Amino acid sequence: MKSLAELQAIKNKMADRVSVRTSSGNTRIVVGMATCGIAAGARPVLNAFVEGISEAGLSNDVIVTQTGCIGICQYEPVVEVFEKDREKTTYVKMTAEKAKEVIEKHIKGGTPVTEYTIGATQL
Amino acid sequence: MDELSLYVLDITMNSVRAGATEIAITLREDGEWLWFTVEDNGCGMTEEQLKKLTDPFFTTRKTRKVGLGIPFLTMLAEMTGGFVTVTSTHESVSPNHGTKTEAKFGKNHIDFIPLGDIVETVKTLIQGAPAVNFTFRHIFPNGTVELSCAAIRETLGDEIPLSEPDVLMWIGQYLREQYDELGHPVAQF
Repeated sequence: MKSLAELQAIKNKMADRVSVRTSSGNTRIVVGMATCGIAAGARPVLNAFVEGISEAGLSNDVIVTQTGCIGICQYEPVVEVFEKDREKTTYVKMTAEKAKEVIEKHIKGGTPVTEYTIGATQL
Repeated sequence: MDELSLYVLDITMNSVRAGATEIAITLREDGEWLWFTVEDNGCGMTEEQLKKLTDPFFTTRKTRKVGLGIPFLTMLAEMTGGFVTVTSTHESVSPNHGTKTEAKFGKNHIDFIPLGDIVETVKTLIQGAPAVNFTFRHIFPNGTVELSCAAIRETLGDEIPLSEPDVLMWIGQYLREQYDELGHPVAQF
């Protein structure tokens, strides 16, 4: 059974990691989590990014955050990727599977997955 | 939305956006009914806002013209023979401001949708608002599943945010083990 005491071990393990984290130069992955996003399936998308970034060992460089309604409800779940010195990438109609692909190809590989972006979607 | 836990997520997000620092989520169920309560110390709503709450064409947000959270929840509860009540005190009226949303659902009604993965909802809330003191309780006739962010923070200290993946994973396992122990595994919801 999990106990609060186990958190102490997590704390010790993470103390160094958190202290070296900087906010400059980070990549931010922002998931829309308003009613429209949640209804369209944003919860598993968010969790796929949180777990995928952690498993890839990128937690020091990449921050996964939530936001409210972005204003394009028909394209939810919407995910925006902000990177230093690059234009924002907006992914639409995301799924957990697509999130894994975005981590692999875009976040790790540096190349946005254009077919999932808003630019590739029929308006 | 095909899971009740998504409604819990959506409604509790309102509390986060209202600037609440304390949010208590309580689920209580017996064989016939499921009650869901979320209570916060956020900015609260004015009487005028409260009156318009079930109007889907009312929202305080600027990005779109509809607000479907409470209308969706009300429709779902009423379809199962239940109800939704919202009480609120605006910050301009009292220092004890905040909002309480209560919903009751008939579990045996054909229109009742399953609770779904409530643990993922709790994790998602904490990930998005790690500074908020969430208290989560799911009360069954044979016991209660509980989580207190204040207690976790007491152990972790202020330097480790609750949104850290390792902490979130621990929270998920901690809750799932409690559900298993009570004989209500989350996969069965």
